[in-house]
This record gives sequence, structure tokens and C-alpha cells, in this order.
Amino acid sequence: MLGRLTLDALPFYSWVAMGGAGVTVGGGLLVFCLITYLRAWKVLWTDWLTSVDHKKIGIMYVVLALVMLVRGFVDALMMRAQQAFALNSEGYLPPEHFEQIFSSHGTIMIFFVAMPFLTGLINIIVPQQIGARDVAFPFLNSASLWMTAAGAGLVLISLVIGKFSQAGWTGYPPYSGIEYSPGVGVDYWIWALAVSGVGSTLSGINFIVTIVKNRCPGMTLMRMPMFTWTTLCISILMTFAFPALTVVAAQLALDRILGFHFFTNGDGGNMMMYANLLWIWGHPEVYILILPAFGIFSEVVATFSHKRLFGYQSLVYATACIAILSFTVWLHHFFTMGASSNVNAVFGIATMIIAVPTGVKIFDWLFTMYRGRIEFHPSMVFTIGFMVTFVIGGVTGVLLALPPADYLMHNSTFLVAHFHNMLIPGALFGYFAGMNYWFPKAFGFKLDEKWGIRSFWFWIIGFYLAFMPLYVLGFMGMSRRMEHYADPNWQPYLIVAALGAVCVLIGIVCIAVQLYVSVKTWGSARDVTGDPWNGRTLEWATSSPPAPYNFAVLPEVRDIDAFHDQKILGLAYLPAERYEDIVMPKNTMLGPVLGALAFALGFAMVWQIWWLAALCLILSLVGVGIRACNDDTEFVLPAAEVERIETERLAQITPADLHDMREYAPRGAASGAVLTGRA
Amino acid sequence: MTRSIFPRLQVPVMLAVIVLSCLTLQGCGISDAPVLNPKGPIALQERNLLFTAFGLMMIVAIPAILLTVLFAWRYRRTNEKAAYTPEWGGSWVVEAVVWLVPAAIIVVLGMLVWNTTHKLDPYKALASGKPAFKVQVVALDWKWLFVYPELGVASVNELAFPADRPVSLEITSDTVMNSLMIPALGGQIYAMAGMRSELNLLADGPGVFKGRNTMYSGDGFSDQHFLAHALSEDDFDAWKKKASGASAVLDAKTYLDLREKSVANPVAYYGSFEPGLFDIILRKYAPIVGPYESEAAELICRGAV
Repeated sequence: MLGRLTLDALPFYSWVAMGGAGVTVGGGLLVFCLITYLRAWKVLWTDWLTSVDHKKIGIMYVVLALVMLVRGFVDALMMRAQQAFALNSEGYLPPEHFEQIFSSHGTIMIFFVAMPFLTGLINIIVPQQIGARDVAFPFLNSASLWMTAAGAGLVLISLVIGKFSQAGWTGYPPYSGIEYSPGVGVDYWIWALAVSGVGSTLSGINFIVTIVKNRCPGMTLMRMPMFTWTTLCISILMTFAFPALTVVAAQLALDRILGFHFFTNGDGGNMMMYANLLWIWGHPEVYILILPAFGIFSEVVATFSHKRLFGYQSLVYATACIAILSFTVWLHHFFTMGASSNVNAVFGIATMIIAVPTGVKIFDWLFTMYRGRIEFHPSMVFTIGFMVTFVIGGVTGVLLALPPADYLMHNSTFLVAHFHNMLIPGALFGYFAGMNYWFPKAFGFKLDEKWGIRSFWFWIIGFYLAFMPLYVLGFMGMSRRMEHYADPNWQPYLIVAALGAVCVLIGIVCIAVQLYVSVKTWGSARDVTGDPWNGRTLEWATSSPPAPYNFAVLPEVRDIDAFHDQKILGLAYLPAERYEDIVMPKNTMLGPVLGALAFALGFAMVWQIWWLAALCLILSLVGVGIRACNDDTEFVLPAAEVERIETERLAQITPADLHDMREYAPRGAASGAVLTGRA
Repeated sequence: MTRSIFPRLQVPVMLAVIVLSCLTLQGCGISDAPVLNPKGPIALQERNLLFTAFGLMMIVAIPAILLTVLFAWRYRRTNEKAAYTPEWGGSWVVEAVVWLVPAAIIVVLGMLVWNTTHKLDPYKALASGKPAFKVQVVALDWKWLFVYPELGVASVNELAFPADRPVSLEITSDTVMNSLMIPALGGQIYAMAGMRSELNLLADGPGVFKGRNTMYSGDGFSDQHFLAHALSEDDFDAWKKKASGASAVLDAKTYLDLREKSVANPVAYYGSFEPGLFDIILRKYAPIVGPYESEAAELICRGAV
């Protein structure tokens, strides 16, 4: 009846397991009680969970990412603490726990922090940047969100019922095969990836179609903002790369459940195929995480330098180059597998070629700052911190791309330092910059800047303290994933690294305080105009937060910096001559229902409760079938209502709220007085 | 905000610099970091490649970092004296430089990669006046088995070879993926079941070097290390005597016992080993059906009696 699930799955076998389960269950209970206390269940369900509004879906993605960031970071802190103490001793974590922690840290940070964070920001912003009222497939968007949440749920529940994988976030067989990992851990990992991977593939398809089909008049491809360009590129990458992951996870599941021999040691299995397939997804994935951040940096650096983005075309071509090249370099993750020199050399050179467009981007941002008027808003400070730090990561990346040097550094803490050096400044700082930059757009008030700057300093100093020692330890011969070690020379470096982790912890606390302070004082930092930073792209043309339809009248674009252009010409904030009825998608509970079914399906597969798995699969198909047959999925927002919302918004804006456009080259309406913007 | 950020920068950055430089200056073992201070020609060439590439990239990296800091400071909002060109969005000269200079560096590095990857191919036999000393290596949970066909002996968690001869390692695994590395002598290569990989190394002279599995392989992974002894002629003869004098014999049954999981296995010597042991372990994972060549082969391939 319950498959492999018995009472033994409960975490009463060690204090670490009980602690983890206690925090997870306690946190869940706390949230439950809080919502009940605030009597927010109804609002939560009708306005948020069942919403198909891309802005609300985006916010929910980011909330998921921030919650999982805390969980993933606790893992990191525990690992750093363990290694700081574990000289010739077991430390405080037995290998079994240490291995689960490094496996879940990687899995969570990639799949359930970075992916939802970037998908969330894309959801909130991209439709507005291209002057669209919604994404192409609003319901699919909701389904993607709940698939991702279901995957995150599987990782979280593994702390309470059963164990998580001990095979690392890459899950290399034969170690992850049934012979060497007979428990449920690897199954949790497989199904969490598979479920959220489907969500990511669907998101990719959704945004390709949205960007290709839903752009407003005049928005040619070469007038799209950089963030939209990077989104288009990574959506294509997601659509082509994630199926490889889904397939490889399914193959591993077949090996484990039905005794197949795709990747086993004997009987014709070949673990090298796994490494190839995993990294055919895995390397594009790196750029899926980093390119949107590059898009954010491009927006932020132009806005806060108060200057046109330098080398827009160059940046577009560089982005496209990186996206294409990202599919040609996967083998550099295993130069040491014994491929011939020709193969290794070709992949090494291909890898280094990516450094060229990436370097170009750095210089284009630099020259955007050149002769600008730089304002040190938190998002700009994150951008500058990124530029300096990312160069170091790029250099170590090229070092690892040299096969003979990689023979020395592979599997060492140097490698660990390198990829954190790419992903913390390259991806996470970008998302934080995006959060600080677009927060007023999502919520209608600004985030506190003081605490934003503080969080930046703690993050970046913590980063250097935590990872520079790991570079050195790589030279000293320390391998990654060591639960304890015997070389006393390593310990001082590991202690510094642990202090770095504590520093990052303070950075995370600063972000929490920043959110708290901002919400508490939100009235004083309201964004009346919808354009708090004198922005350049179309998302700043909507109100903050935007009306459900974003644009009452679809804008007409004639410049790369469409909104900047409108402001200069005095075309911003004009009431329309005539408003029209707007067709909007209706909320639906099917998204969360599908998510719940996906979660139950994953859970059933992990514990081999076949009847439940079959039931969930059938119910999901029935749900999708019902949705497909339902023609009543939209409603009409009458023109009168649109007019009321728009008039109310414009009435709030006084000339004093508007930005002075005279500092830009005098042209258009800005050459005269302060732009009033209203007839 | 604008004004206050830079004074604030000084304290934390100074702190970080002090902590890091203290560490580096004190040494803390960096002076004998095996990757930076190699003890063999292969590792030396690999390290030199690392240094060369690092130096070449500084041509781009140093200006990028310095210009970022410089521009951020010079063009801060409060500095009204600095030039301001809000509509300037492109320059062919700048674009040409930022595309072509990195591209040129990559061309140079690319040629370097092509040549060194072929030259430092771990499978390539090393040119030396003396023939290579062959050792067969089997990765087990969680220890290393070294078989010396030339000597007719075997050892666990200790590798010995004559210092004046290149050592040629043939590597496989009788468990999950492992990766064998002796950082002071050169790079690593994976050990995979049913497959034979190779690593050719050479030491500058006699010495003792740390080696380990770098590929996470389970609970005993942290302790899966060994010492590699490059021995002078006399010492090597003595080692040979010690090993061949060992009473233990690595026959099929002993091998099966050895194959059982064990953590921090002590060093062990075997005076003799099952003939063709390495090939039998390789054959174990081959999709071959049919009669086994010997009783021992059947025992090892089936994994139990």
C-alpha cells in the first residue's frame, strides 16, 4: 500500500536529521499559523496562488527563491563549519549528513534559488519591457511556477521523510546507481529535478513565444532592451537544454527502478554517457543563470550612469554568441576522463572563445559608465562589485579551460572557488541588483538603500573571504567534498572561509532587514510616477505596481530606449484619446492543483507507491483535458474601468514628481523647461 | 548615499587585505603547495602553462578591474567637473579594441592549448633514457590497490617506484568512478570500471608525495589517500625485498575480501598476486558471456563464491 515508506523514514535516528526536520516542520507550521492569524487564506488563494497574472507569478517565484536561498545557505554554513573543525577528526557531522548537505546545497542553489529567481524577474519585467499586456500563455506560466514549487517541496520534504541524495548535485553514476546508493535519496533528487525541469522547459517555450509574438508596434528585435534579449537567448537555451536533463534523469530512474543498464558498471552500461548528457544540459545551464543577470546589469548600468547603453549591438551579438557557444563546450567538465588530445584541445579552445564575448560585455558596461553621471544605488553598487569580481572568475575559468592545467585543478577546491566566483557575482549579484532595481515596479515603493548597500558590503567581503582561500587550497591539493582532512596547513584557510560564510550570513540578514524596514516605512518611499530612477525602457512607463493589463494603450516604439525617448519628446504620461475593452485571462486553480499532483507523483515515485503515482498522472491528464475543453477562460475589462484606473493614476502625478530631462542633450521637448508630460 | 559609500569602502577592504596578506605572508604551507612547487617535469610544465596563461590574461583583466574602479570614482554623480555625454552610445574604435585584443589573446592561448594538450597527454609515454616502470592501479572502496607486474608483488595504499624511471600507471576501478592524482608529479585521470585509463608520471628525484582520489566516492572518500615513494636504487631494492617477503598472497579470495568496503585501510603488502589480476578485473564488467579462463577469474567476476 505505501511502497517502501515505513515509520523508519522518520528522522529519529540522529540529532542532525531531527534538527533539520524540526526546522522544516516548524517553519511550515509558523507560516500556516501566521496566515491563519492574519485571516489571509482567502486572499492568498484567490489573489495569488490561483493568479495567472505574470507579475504576481513573478513575485511568487522570487519569494520561493528567497526562501530556498535561506535553506541552501544554511547548508553552506554547516559545510564551512564542519571543514573549519574537521582536522583529523570527524567534526560534528558524520559523512552521511555532510554528503546530504553538499548534495542538497548544490541542487537547491541551482534549481530552486537561481532558476526561480531569474524566472521571477523575467516574469515581472519582460512583458512590460516589450510593451505587452501579458505573456503568450498565462495558464502555462502558472503551471510552470507550481511545477518548480513542487520540485522545491520534494527537496524540503526529504528532510522530514527519508533522506536526500548523497551523490552530489551532479549525481554521477555508478555511485548514484541502485547498487551503490540503494536508499531513497537519489530518487528524491531525480524527481525534484524532473518535475522542476518540466516547469523550466515550459517557461522557456512561453517566453520564446511571448518575445517573438507579443512585442508592441515598433519594437523590432534590435530595439529590444538587453534584459529582453538575454531572456530570449536563455529561453531558447532552456527549451533545448532541459530536455537533456529530463532524459538523463529518466534514464537514471529506469536504471534504479526497473534494473536497466544505461549507466551501470557492468552489463553494457556506460557512466561516461551520463557525464556527457548531464553536461550537455549543464553547461548551457550556467549561461541560463548568468545571461539574465547580464541583462539586468546592462539595464542598471545605463540607468544609474544616466547615459545611453554603450555598444548595444555589440552586447546583443555577444549575448547570442555566448548562447550558441554554450552548447559546444560541455566536455570541459571532464577533461580528465581520458579523451584524446584532439578532443580535449578542441573543447578547451571552444571554451576559451566564450571569454571573448564575455569580455566584450564587461568593456561595454565600462564604457557605459565612462562619461556618465554614476549614482551609487544598491543595484549599481552590486553591478560594480560584479564587474571587478567576475573578471577574476573569468581568469580562473580560462585557466581551467586549459586541459593540462585542468588535470591539476579538476575536482579541487579551486574548481569550487571558480564556479562560485562565476555564480555569486555573475548570477546572484545580478538578481539582487534586479531586486533592488525593480522592487518599486512590483510593489509601488522603493527598497531602503542604506540596508541595500550594507548587504552588498557583507556579501562581497564574505564572498572574497569564503572563496579566495579555496583557490589557494586547490593549489595545496585539497579535493572538494571532503568531510575531514589530515593536513594541518589547510585549516587556517578553512577557518577564514568559514568567517566569510558568517559574513555572507550577515549580508542575508541585511537583506531581510532591508525588506522589513522598507515595508514598515513604505509610505515615505512611494513611487507615484512608476518611474523612480528616471528609467529608459518601457517597464517604467507603467504605473507601480502596474495595472493588471500593464498598458491601457499599447505604446509605439521608435528608439532602443523607448521610454526615455517618450519622456524627451513629451509623450509620456499622456491620457489616451479613447480607451478600449481589454481581454484578460481568468484566474484558475488548475495551476496549484497540477503542482500538488506533480508533488504527489514525485513523492509516490520516490517511495514506489505505484497506485498513487498512476492516480496522480491520470488526474493531471484529466485536469489538462478539462482545461483544454474549457472555452470560458477569459473576461473583459470594460473600457470605462480602464479609463477610471488610468485617470486616477495620472491625477496623482504632479509635475514636481517628474524627472528633469534637461541634463540630457537638449532635444525635443526637453530642450525647454522641465518636462511636464501632461496636456 | 553617493558621498558616504567610499569612506565606508576603506575599512572593510583594508580588513580583508590585512587578513589575506597575513595568511599569504605567513606562508601557511603555501610554500610547499604541490601544484605551485611541483616535483616532476610533467607537473612543472602543467604549472608553467598555468602561469603563462595567467600572465597573458592579465593584459585584459588588470585594465578591466582598474578601469571599473577608476570610472566608478571619476564619473560619480557628485563630480560635476567630469565630462558627461549622455547620448554617446557607441564607438567603432572602442568596439574594435574590445573585440580584437581579447580575440588575439585567445588565438595565442588557443595555440598554446593545442600544443600543450598534445605534449602533456597523460597517455603519452615519457621520453627517458630508461624504460617506464609499469604499475597497475585498481580503485576500491575506499583504498588504492597497486599491482607491480615487473616485481610480482602488490601493495595497498602505498605506491613505490624507482625515482630515475618514468612510472606508467594503468588504471581501472572495481567500484564507482574515482580519480587518481599525485599533485606534485602531475595531473589526474579518472578510474572507471571496465575501462583502462593511463597516467604517465616522472619524479625529479627521490621523494615522498601525497596522492589521493579526488572524485567523491562515498563515506570513506576523505581518507582515500596514499603515499607515493620515488625511491633511489638502494631504497627501491629494499622496498622490493620487503614487499616480496610479505607472507600475504593476493589470490582471488583475498582480493574479494580486500574489495569489501573499508575506511582508512592500513598499508599492506602482498608477496604475490593472482596472474592477470588487472585484466580479470577489467573483464568483470565486459558484456561477455561464456566460460571463464580460470576458476579465479570466475570467482572475481561473479564477486562471490
